[in-house]
Parts: sequence; C-alpha cells; structure tokens
Amino acid sequence: MIAIEAEDLKKRFGDVEALKDVSFKVKRGEVFGFLGPNGAGKTTTVRILTGIIKPDSGRARVNGYDVVEETLKAKEPIGVLPEVSNAYPDLTAWQNIMLIASLYGMRKRDAEARANELLKEFGIYERKDAKVRGFSKGMKQRLMLCMTLISDPEILFLDEPTSGLDVQSARMIREKILEIANERKTVFLTSHNMDEVNMMCDRVAIINKGKIVTIDTPEMLKSRVGGSVAIEVSFGERVELNMENAEKVGDKYVIYTTNPYKTICEVVDFARKSGAEIVSINTRTPMLEDAFLKLLEVEG
Amino acid sequence: MKCLAIAKKDIMMYYLKGPVVIFGILLPLFLFLAFWIGRELPLNFLMAGLISMTVFFASTSVSPVIAPWEGQMRTLLACPVSTSTIIFGDIIASLSFGICISLIPLLLAFCFGFTPNHNSCNTSGCLLLLLPGLAVLSLSDKPALDGHDDLIACSLSANIHKRNFHPCSGASSLGKGCFNAFSSHVFPDVARASFGMESFLSVYMDFIALLIFSVIFLILAIKLHERALLSRIF
Repeated sequence: MIAIEAEDLKKRFGDVEALKDVSFKVKRGEVFGFLGPNGAGKTTTVRILTGIIKPDSGRARVNGYDVVEETLKAKEPIGVLPEVSNAYPDLTAWQNIMLIASLYGMRKRDAEARANELLKEFGIYERKDAKVRGFSKGMKQRLMLCMTLISDPEILFLDEPTSGLDVQSARMIREKILEIANERKTVFLTSHNMDEVNMMCDRVAIINKGKIVTIDTPEMLKSRVGGSVAIEVSFGERVELNMENAEKVGDKYVIYTTNPYKTICEVVDFARKSGAEIVSINTRTPMLEDAFLKLLEVEG
Repeated sequence: MKCLAIAKKDIMMYYLKGPVVIFGILLPLFLFLAFWIGRELPLNFLMAGLISMTVFFASTSVSPVIAPWEGQMRTLLACPVSTSTIIFGDIIASLSFGICISLIPLLLAFCFGFTPNHNSCNTSGCLLLLLPGLAVLSLSDKPALDGHDDLIACSLSANIHKRNFHPCSGASSLGKGCFNAFSSHVFPDVARASFGMESFLSVYMDFIALLIFSVIFLILAIKLHERALLSRIF
C-alpha cells in the first residue's frame, strides 16, 4: 500500500523552476530518504506533500488523500518535524505540545498522558513548565519531536532532524526514528547526513535541480559507483597522483577500482618512483556519499 | 475547537504583552486627558470617545506586533487546520482581549458615577462594537512596523481621535456620506448613543453597518492572509 505519492509535481517561484515533474512513491512502513544539494527542491517537495504550499501542476497524495483537494484529511495522519525549531519561544514546552494536540483534535486526557510519556522519553520532562526561549538547540529539537509525535502519526516528515545537534541529542533522535520505523510507520527523511540515511533508510531518492536523479536502495546506489572498492591513500608530502579514477579529497587521494590489488601496486610503484612516503593506505567499500556525489556529477 | 486553541495561543503569546496593553490603555487615556483638561465637557461625551479609542487602539495595536512575531506559521500550517480556522482563532483572541480592555474605561465611567441611558445598547454594543476593529486587525497580512507604517498609524490615529470626539451630525452632506463608508465612524456613533448622546445613525443602523463591515473585513482578511501565507513561510 502506498503512503505517499508524488506525480509529475511542478513548482515555479518567479523565474526559478523549483520542481520539474517530480514523481515517486513511498510504501507504507518504509523509511524513505530524500537527498539533494541545497536548493535542489527537497523542502519545496516536503512543503507540497505536507499541504503547506500548492504545486503548479501534478498531484500529490498522502494516505490516499489529495493534498490540494483534501488537504485536511491528508494532514491528519502526518507529523512534520521542520529543519528549524518552530516551537513558540514564549510558551512553555507543555503549552507548545498541548497546542499541537488541540490542533490535531486530541482529547485532553489522552494528550496529557502522551505528552508526559514523550517528555520523559526525550529527557525534557523536568523543563516542561519552562519557556522554550531558554532551551538549547538540542532541547528545542527534542521538544519539536515531541510535538511531531504527540498525535502518534502514521506518516512522519522529518527535515534534517539531527542537523547541528550535539552527539547525545542526535543519537537519541536517531534511535527514536529507528524505533518508529520498527513500528511499521512511514518515515520521509530529508537529510544531508549520509551515514544517517545509509543507516536508517530502506530506499533513497536523489533530487537535483528540481528533478529526481534516481531512486534506489542505499546498497544499490553504492554499487553504482565506478568500482566496488575505494582505496584511500595519503602521502607524507604534496604529490600529484595521475591515475584513472583518482580524486583528491583533503590530504588524501581516493581511487575507485574493480581491481584493488593492481591499483595498490600502481600506487606503491608511484610512491617508489616519486620518492613520496605513503603515510596510510586503506581500502573501503564506497559510501553513500560517494554514490551521491558521483550521481550528481553525472547529472551535471 | 481548533480555533479556540489558536485563540488561547494568541492571548498567551501576543496579547498579554506590555506594549500591547500600554498602547491599548495608556495612549487613549493620555489622548483623552489632553482633550479633557481645561475644557468643560460632559462626562458621557468624553467617555464615549474614550471607550471608542480604547477599543480601536487595543485591537489595532496588536496587528503590527503579531505578524512579525508569528514565525511559527509553518508549524500551524502543517497541522490539520485551515487558514480560516487560524484567522477565526486570531479574531476570537482579539475579541476577548478587546472586551476585557474596553471594560476598563467602562468601569472608570461607572466610578465617576455615570449611568448609561441605553442599557441594552451598552451590553450588546460592547461586543458588537469590537468587530470592525477586530476585522481591521485581521487585515494585517504581513510584517509591518517600518517607518512608513508608523506614519500611517500616526495619521490614522489622529483622524480616529478627532472623529471619536466630534460627532458627525454637524458635518456637511459630503462628510455625512463619507461617514457611512468608515467603520471607525460607526463605532463611536454607537458608543455615543449608548451614553445617551445624539448619534448620527440609529443604533440599529449602526449595528447593521458594523455587521456588514465585519463580514467584508473578514472575507478580505481571509483572502489577504491566504495570499500572504507564502511570504510568511519563506
């Protein structure tokens, strides 16, 4: 069964074509990653799917309801976690959660029980009567997640949920997302953190310049990178390594190859001939980040 | 019920702020004192003007404040609520605030020993009088508070102040025609009637005019807000 469906979505802001025929389907219970560079159209897509803005053309359905024609029905089963904390700073954590519970039409008793449970789970119960203005970024984001989850939504839209957070808060949020995924709820995850996407998503869509570049599982995307192995080598001094598929990344070279033995020999030969000292040499399978960059490069 | 949740949020977030209360009570009070001191004017004449001004200032003082503060529109819009619900919530909050704040000069009038001549008018009027001002509030579709807006606000305030204290009955035919076109003039007209003074229109006509203005402003407010939502999100 399909939880989220986008069909030929188009959106233009003045002269900028933000979305060009964006289409995809997200199955119920799936964790779907949505990746793309800044300005690629991720946020516009999420805003259309969550009924905040309307597409110029095309259709979007959430839980089977058209987000333009049946906006309120489409919004009922969803919870949205925006990238930037949007809690009311002059209200307390409790008041913010209760406001959202009221807007979802929850009964007061149910809302209070759920709010207590969530606040305790996210470690901000003791600060529930404090104004949000004094919260740290991590606390605000945890509160936002409480607000998102108060209605126990079937479909979650998470926009950069761990962006800029401390390690503890980020880990707490990741664990909660995995827990939600295990409850067979649908998660639409927008992130720049490739490890996060790789770890949590069943499938990933990559969007660039308003167009979907590809949709696949993280492992399949990784396998699309030039070779099956990436060799990372760093030298004691600055050298120019002229080898096929070699990319300079910081103080290292990364070489994608299907024949790691031969490539390593070539690197060692190069070091001998040039007199450069090899400081480290590692082999690793390509990461999702490699696939992401490669696919964007191909797209131009 | 969802609009009540919005209203509760508005009251806690915006209406119980110092500047709003100060602008709503102190400014009209000082304008009133400036008009009153040194003149031998009847109390009912002054009170009608004071109530009109208080309600107008209180309801409109929030509009330049509420829009720039409402940076959480995305959160609200992602919830299953319509734009109309959000606007109705804003109006309920404004209405509640307006009623509370207009009770202050009313109580002041009672303290001076004043007894209203039109009881029914005073009770129902207190509620109905607020509506056009509230609808004006809802019309504020985008963040204001720049120099240009301040100038408009000042000139408008001066005009309203003048109109609140000067009945229209002595105006020219052109002035009388203009009277009907402005909700801010109908507003003090009912206040004057409720304090037993001469009103330009009959009380019933004033109420009808107020209701018409309310409906017009409400429709305009919803349209403007829908159009302005994008600029408040991005």
